[in-house]
Amino acid sequence: MKKILLVGNPNVGKSAIFSRLTGVKVVVANYPGTTVEYTKGKTRLLGEAVEIIDVPGIYSLSPTCKAEEVAVKMVSEADVIINVVDATNLERNLSLTLELIEKGYPVIIALNFWDETKHKGINIDVDKLQELLGVAVVPTCGLTGAGIRELVMRMREAKPGKKVDIDYHLRWQKIGEIVNQVQKLTHHHHTFLQILEELSIKPFIGLLLAFFVIGISFVVIRFIGESLINYILDPAFENTWRPVVTKISQALGGKGLVHYILIGNLINGEIDFGLSFGLLTTGLYIPIVAVLPYIFSFYLMLGILEDFGYLPRLAVLVDNLMHKLGLHGYAIISMILGLGCNVPGALATRLLENRREKFIASTLMAIAVPCMAQIAVIVGLVGRRGFLPLGTVFFTLFILWVSLGFMLNKILKGETPPLLLEIPPYRIPILTVVIKKLSWRIKGFLFAAIPYVLLGVFMVNMLYALKVIDFLAKIFTPVLKNIWGLPPSAISALLVGFLRKDVAVGMLGPLNLTTKQLIIGSVILAVYFPCVATFVVLTRELGIRDMIKSAMLMIVIAIIVGGILNLIL
Amino acid sequence: MDMIVDLTRLKPGEEGVVREIIGGPGLIRRLENMGIRTGRKIRKMSSHFWHGPQTVQVGNTNLALGYGMAKKILVEVER
Repeated sequence: MKKILLVGNPNVGKSAIFSRLTGVKVVVANYPGTTVEYTKGKTRLLGEAVEIIDVPGIYSLSPTCKAEEVAVKMVSEADVIINVVDATNLERNLSLTLELIEKGYPVIIALNFWDETKHKGINIDVDKLQELLGVAVVPTCGLTGAGIRELVMRMREAKPGKKVDIDYHLRWQKIGEIVNQVQKLTHHHHTFLQILEELSIKPFIGLLLAFFVIGISFVVIRFIGESLINYILDPAFENTWRPVVTKISQALGGKGLVHYILIGNLINGEIDFGLSFGLLTTGLYIPIVAVLPYIFSFYLMLGILEDFGYLPRLAVLVDNLMHKLGLHGYAIISMILGLGCNVPGALATRLLENRREKFIASTLMAIAVPCMAQIAVIVGLVGRRGFLPLGTVFFTLFILWVSLGFMLNKILKGETPPLLLEIPPYRIPILTVVIKKLSWRIKGFLFAAIPYVLLGVFMVNMLYALKVIDFLAKIFTPVLKNIWGLPPSAISALLVGFLRKDVAVGMLGPLNLTTKQLIIGSVILAVYFPCVATFVVLTRELGIRDMIKSAMLMIVIAIIVGGILNLIL
Repeated sequence: MDMIVDLTRLKPGEEGVVREIIGGPGLIRRLENMGIRTGRKIRKMSSHFWHGPQTVQVGNTNLALGYGMAKKILVEVER
């Protein structure tokens, strides 16, 4: 099958063009032997089945990091390269374009953000550019889809060319000449978005805006999440699923091992979806009703903020604070992704340059950044005891995040590399792109979560039935009871926490804990160890030695923090 | 009068021309690929407190660079 690659600098709108070209069948793949992710999709263009690949953004063909190395390797395997060029940034983008042409690759150029050139006062002579470069140039606009048809029609014009070697400095000179000939700038007035762009990176106003944006995001995430639970999913589950499982429960006679595993304990003679803890009751209720709505609302907000271009600005604003924690501003993006799920958060640490920074970022995230699934269950469970207990859980984790980062920065040798990053302009997010990204993130959650949730529930029910839990509870009583003030039966939650944190927190529900115990239990479950999926990715990213160090830190901190909370609450 | 200052000395809103980048070839190349090159116009957008990152505009690109890195970029301004 023909391979068509979308190649370009970061933030040139590759994904929008990608989603215009491909249909619904899009997968995120790992480049073999690496953790570098890219998206690919299959479609038919001009009667031919083709594979379209969205390559990670690069500035040049001489790679400076792992992601760029992969991108460069992928480029050499392409049948057609669509070089996506930001028309509002012609000069800088042309460097990669010339490199691609010089290497003799079959290139066609999508001159993207064409619509934006007009209100930015930029005038580009497309015919002249085409003539000077010697390859097809098509103005496009990912937002409206304009030019995409022409791009497809002219893809055949992309032919391999002659390889030429051009000196690096001469290339910039050549770019200067090309730009002088094809581009004319006229004066333009600043648009509202451009004014907002400047304000949001000013030191004081920027921070105020950041608090506002984060505050609004939380309110919206909570509102959408709760509404979906209370008005749609919970009623739907009660009305359609409850009769089914009640029948099953009755058919099984309300007791016995099979009933215990499938349905769980009856609470006052009835099934309680939160507390019964059977495979078909709580095992489905937690991922689908308690967690999914929050995953949906979180990734919806995140997708909008990402595509709007807000996150790099946040990285600039927090750069100073993050340096105190041994990280640079960009690490905040790992943390935000980690709030959704620690796995993508851990993957995002590869954007950080050195091993020390990766270690600090991964450890901080694994310890003090609970994932949305976990947060959803904590909010459901602890939130019932009031705002203060809920606040205590998250405040503790935040203090832990700051103080641990501060300590690691002091203890670990080495320097934090300085920030260097491009701040893309604000752009109104494209609905189809946002929805597509949201849907593959949700799909990822459902496929990854439900099997593990069911496995976790099954495992713990079996261990209960086989009295293994009672045995372990006895062994771990000293830590659980004397240090943390938790009942020994809480060991079951700690066991399940290796598989799924959301189920683990949910298991605190049936234990009849006091509010204080519930707070301590929730904090410990967040801190003591990552879930298995995160653990695997972290080990791959950090290497086994750093992972062992990180894991030791987690266990020690869990014991200490749990102990302190038990003393002071 | 024209004078050469490093990028951190530029006031927000002030514009100058890049004259020299003091650094290894790796840093210079990275900056050049992102648009900061000798001879290019550069405008300071903001500068964050406690030696925080500096944000600048070159062409239509906005960039943020750490304080130490900004110190290595010498700019000619008219004052």
